[in-house]
Amino acid sequence: MARAFDEMSSDDGSVRKAYETLSRWLTSVPHDVLDHRRKEAEYIFRRIGITFAVYGEQNAQERLIPFDIVPRIITSDEWTRLAKGLEQRVKALNLYIKDVYSKREVLRAGIVPEELVYQNPAFRPEMNGQSVPHDLYVHIAGIDIVRTDPNSFYVLEDNARTPSGVSYMLENREIMLRLFPELFSMHRVAPVENYADDLLATLRSLSPNGAHEPNVAILTPGIYNSAYYEHSFLADKLGVDLVEGRDLFVEDNVVYMRTTEGPKRLDVIYRRLDDDFLDPLAFRPDSVLGVPGLMSAYKAGNVTLTNAVGTGVADDKAVYSYMPEIIKFYLGEEPLLANVPTWRCREPDHLKYVLEHLGELVVKEVHGSGGYGMLVGPKSDKAQIEAFRAKLKHDPANFIAQPTLALSTCPTLVDEGVAPRHVDLRPFILSGSDKVRIVPGGLTRVAMKEGSLVVNSSQGGGTKDTWVLDA
Amino acid sequence: MRVRVRHEITHRFEPAARHAIATLRLTPRSHVGQHILRWTLDVSPDCRLMPEEDAFGNTVHTFSVGGPVETITVIAEGDVDTQDTTGVIAGSAERFPPSLFLRQTDMTQPDAAIMKLADAVATKATTPLDRLHGLMVAVHEGTTETAPEADATAIAAGKALAAGEGTAASLTHVFISAARHLKLPARQVSGYAVMADVPAAFREWAEAHVPGIGWVGFDCGKNVCPSDGYVRLAVGLDSLAVAPMLSTGSRAENTAVARDFFQSPKSGQSQQQGQGQRQE
Repeated sequence: MARAFDEMSSDDGSVRKAYETLSRWLTSVPHDVLDHRRKEAEYIFRRIGITFAVYGEQNAQERLIPFDIVPRIITSDEWTRLAKGLEQRVKALNLYIKDVYSKREVLRAGIVPEELVYQNPAFRPEMNGQSVPHDLYVHIAGIDIVRTDPNSFYVLEDNARTPSGVSYMLENREIMLRLFPELFSMHRVAPVENYADDLLATLRSLSPNGAHEPNVAILTPGIYNSAYYEHSFLADKLGVDLVEGRDLFVEDNVVYMRTTEGPKRLDVIYRRLDDDFLDPLAFRPDSVLGVPGLMSAYKAGNVTLTNAVGTGVADDKAVYSYMPEIIKFYLGEEPLLANVPTWRCREPDHLKYVLEHLGELVVKEVHGSGGYGMLVGPKSDKAQIEAFRAKLKHDPANFIAQPTLALSTCPTLVDEGVAPRHVDLRPFILSGSDKVRIVPGGLTRVAMKEGSLVVNSSQGGGTKDTWVLDA
Repeated sequence: MRVRVRHEITHRFEPAARHAIATLRLTPRSHVGQHILRWTLDVSPDCRLMPEEDAFGNTVHTFSVGGPVETITVIAEGDVDTQDTTGVIAGSAERFPPSLFLRQTDMTQPDAAIMKLADAVATKATTPLDRLHGLMVAVHEGTTETAPEADATAIAAGKALAAGEGTAASLTHVFISAARHLKLPARQVSGYAVMADVPAAFREWAEAHVPGIGWVGFDCGKNVCPSDGYVRLAVGLDSLAVAPMLSTGSRAENTAVARDFFQSPKSGQSQQQGQGQRQE
């Protein structure tokens, strides 16, 4: 594979304009100083306790996500372009979900096959014909973006359920400000600290009954959830209550929180609990994490759940492949952000192609996430490929395939010094009843291993601070 | 036929619940062959019933009761006029195209044995209707229907077939699992059945969609298509979705014990059809 596009240095060794100052600084600072700062950063992360658990490991202990101290830089022009594309995409996602649960025009027009909706495990029949406050479903979206050259940004994945990672975006910035104040004085970096205010304003704007001072809470599955740190972090930043299912109850279709001063009515619940567990009377009857009656209160229009129930119908990898058509269908616009070309293994001729080219492709499960259950063809040996071939043949509809993209690289501090490593970007898009808010940047994830393309934190990926430079 | 229904359900909370909430799918709707003359729900302790329609067009009531709650008793009572439509359903509230009912659920996920049973039927019969009748016979012959026990919920399709026995609700899981495997939309139905040889009771059976005909009922336990002795309450993807009453205490350690009592007084089912003889 040819050398991937590096966001700092061009092929001829020259440095791209946005990175000039940073590049000079990197060469002027001795390696041991950088290394010292890296250790300092790690120490701070440990002290504040920002950890996550990796599922499927023998003793799934909490661990630190590696943090890379070299920031990633995005110019304001690039960001403006990206932000427009993100807003367009989330708008289309919202319209698609509304349609799927009401008139289903997209099915009648033959844009998306019926079975991708009705046979989709994330489709919630309970939401059919159900209106939601302000017609918005995906209030908090995380859209994963990759870059392959100076001008090409691709959407790799839409996350419309409960995207996580925003706490890292905020913590990374805080630590960078502490460790490298001099770097910030050399650059005009757009702030991300207002994310908490933006999120709270968004949540408040979604109040179902137009309450002037709506009560907002964050619903967490509890301390055993891998993202619990983020739940408590956000509750703290927003100044709202962090609740578990057992802290809430429903009476006459209104949701209340138990407090020492008696029941307090809740208007907006930012839930970080999957649909399946929300309400044992409506979904999994064995769920002890949810709130009995919550769905009835929701259907009666007495509470807003963010994100709405059933948004997963829009963000699996099979629906993803239809997103360009979905954008055109609802908005009558060309997509501003491209999709990665995708083969749908559910279609026989696509499957045939994929089976013939397994060695070159990335094959993913339609509902997979976190980098689990996927095949990276070029990085796999014969036995792995053959094992995957059997899985694929057994249940083709469960898989999609994409070419191995040459993800862009960014300078990253590793043992040998500063070296290029592959990155992606997850910006967070907030859709309120008043407007769409996107803080400049997002979470940059970096594959710390040389040559690795898997940036998921569960697979040993790290994170970086992301700087959008003001023009 | 005029069917009189009295259905009593009691949920107990041990220890008493601080607060309880429940949903009822206990109100039948009228359609061709089923006319609701009178229907009442009585819940004790007193509470406010909130009516809503669920995604499948069923009438649902939700209510909450402040604690301490030891028992909740619900009595559904009514009279329904029925006509024999040879199992074919018409004029019912349909909120989805039939293809939605190809969705398998945790309760209906087919295992190897169910697929084998379904595929065997498919080799012998070609039309959808013949296949569905074939499935009904195959499930009926391969299993024994057991009487429902208090506090027992239906078991998953694979388990029921492997055990060779199950309640009507569990056998229905086997049927709809197999039907969906053959790409024939199928669903669970709850209701009441009055039959000559057995005591009338709350019962669950299946409906499958046949192109050109519509939804057709299949009762695997009895090996018949529902006649005018059947009253339909609710439809859903599996037994869980049509449960007549679901409740859970506000605290997880509460356990609810449910008992169903069903009576269909013989005097209520006299063949008083037509001519407005609606007096009881």
